[in-house]
Amino acid sequence: MNTEPIIWLTIFVLAVFVGVEVISKVSSTLHTPLMSGANAIHGVILIGAILVAGSAQSPAILVLGLIAVILASINMVGGFVVTDRMLVMFSRPRKALEKPGRPELDR
Amino acid sequence: MTPAWAQLGYLAAAVCFIVALKGLSSPKTARRGNLIGAAGAVLACVIVFLVSDLNHLLPILAAMAAGTAVGVLGAYRVQMTQMPQLVALFNGVGGGAAAIVAIVELSELVGGPAPVFDLIAAAFTIVVGSVSFAGSVVTFLKLQELMTTRPIVFAGYPILYGLGLLAAVAFSVGLVLAPSLLFAVLLAAVGAGLGVLLVLPVGGADVPIVISLLNAFTGLTVAASGYLLENVLLLVAGTLVGSAGTLLTRLMAVAMGRSLINILFGALKGGSTLGATTVSDRPVKSAGPTDVAILLAYAQRVIIVPGYGLAVAQAQHTLRQLVDLLIERGVEVDYAIHPVAGRMPGHMNVLLAEAQVPYEQLKEMDEIDSEFKQADVALVVGANDVVNPAAETTPGAPIYGMPILHANQARQVVFMKRSMRPGFAGIENELLYEPTTTLLFGDAKDTMSKLLAELKALTV
Repeated sequence: MNTEPIIWLTIFVLAVFVGVEVISKVSSTLHTPLMSGANAIHGVILIGAILVAGSAQSPAILVLGLIAVILASINMVGGFVVTDRMLVMFSRPRKALEKPGRPELDR
Repeated sequence: MTPAWAQLGYLAAAVCFIVALKGLSSPKTARRGNLIGAAGAVLACVIVFLVSDLNHLLPILAAMAAGTAVGVLGAYRVQMTQMPQLVALFNGVGGGAAAIVAIVELSELVGGPAPVFDLIAAAFTIVVGSVSFAGSVVTFLKLQELMTTRPIVFAGYPILYGLGLLAAVAFSVGLVLAPSLLFAVLLAAVGAGLGVLLVLPVGGADVPIVISLLNAFTGLTVAASGYLLENVLLLVAGTLVGSAGTLLTRLMAVAMGRSLINILFGALKGGSTLGATTVSDRPVKSAGPTDVAILLAYAQRVIIVPGYGLAVAQAQHTLRQLVDLLIERGVEVDYAIHPVAGRMPGHMNVLLAEAQVPYEQLKEMDEIDSEFKQADVALVVGANDVVNPAAETTPGAPIYGMPILHANQARQVVFMKRSMRPGFAGIENELLYEPTTTLLFGDAKDTMSKLLAELKALTV
């Protein structure tokens, strides 16, 4: 019996649990950057696109492969850049505001 | 066979992605996390060029350069208000790329004896990738308001949808039994049709949830294509995004108090027919900037409820100045951020961070909702649905069940509104007609500047 599919299935199942585990405590503040960041990560389909384009045997297949490379690069590069643009604004040092006369809620 | 060092390199890249997702879950580590993810992606690209015997190197590099240019340009040009659209587009092209990769790979399997699992993975990638691509395009059109944001349903929708699913299954079986490019193209077409059908009945306010779902879909297609191409990195990265994306979708749905099924297919049950497109002519109380400035200046506690309208008008910077001035006067001011304020969960935090509003003034809903009772003024700027009591009082309203901010419990409610048009969900807001509510009509930025000027005049 060929056990190889089982090994792949094992990796898949373990990765499912890792994926759930790592973001289980995300605050709603970060939902947008997280979605955008995860979006960038699946841009690694670029690897697949490069592989199929690099082994294309006919011009038609090459063109399809190259289209996939373009689309995947947009996904990956654009995704990481835009996520960074968002996160810079979260981590930018802001001048601490003086809060004169800000009483605790005692009413 | 990929050499061992390259496989280790892929493992390192996979670990980078895990660390990236982990980092993105906390504000302190988010940026570093994202950069680690990007480093992993670069590493993977370098490895693939080093170990694979690739033809057509120049065209591939040119295509990468073109894609990178478009991606970077898009990422830098986009306004923060348009973020959901951009994420939808990036996700869609990723799904499209996965579908194309599967079709190309299939064209090489055709003719030879192909393993069954490979063919199943190819069929899955083609269908779901196409769903993701077409669905994301419709999502983009809805968010960009190039088409109606209201749910679209038509007679026979369930039948058409069922037929589409049947066709997808039938063509997949056909592809596995008799691999051919014809089936692949048919699958792509059916997948695209299903993607359009999936998003059509989703109302504008719920569209971001669908982006997250499609994001998870794309992740799974990438995982399947990893199996097809025998690339562990693609399998792991795709699965991570697939499972994390599914969980995120669930978290967002919970934040809106809705089930995913209800979001996707609620409109089919006629649930959102309540949506009013007509403008009511019931009497409302309105005031000018001067009155509102006085109201704010002599309040002790003000809670601001910002919404998407604020960002569209680019009034968030003026609002921050206004708040700074109020705080200088000793008024206690906070922002109440509804989890789905803006056009996607967490969007408002991004928009206010852009205006350099201090993080500690942004209060999450759970934290601040009980404080409205003690607030003198709730200032609602460009928000609507998130303070709409219909979410609690009107079963059948599209937003029924969504947790809302109880701005109506404040002593005074000031609504800054451009017009009496209903919010994104298309329903009327009873709060506008409450006796404690005052409306301040006008463009948010313009009105906010006037308000600021009035307040300065009072302070001097």
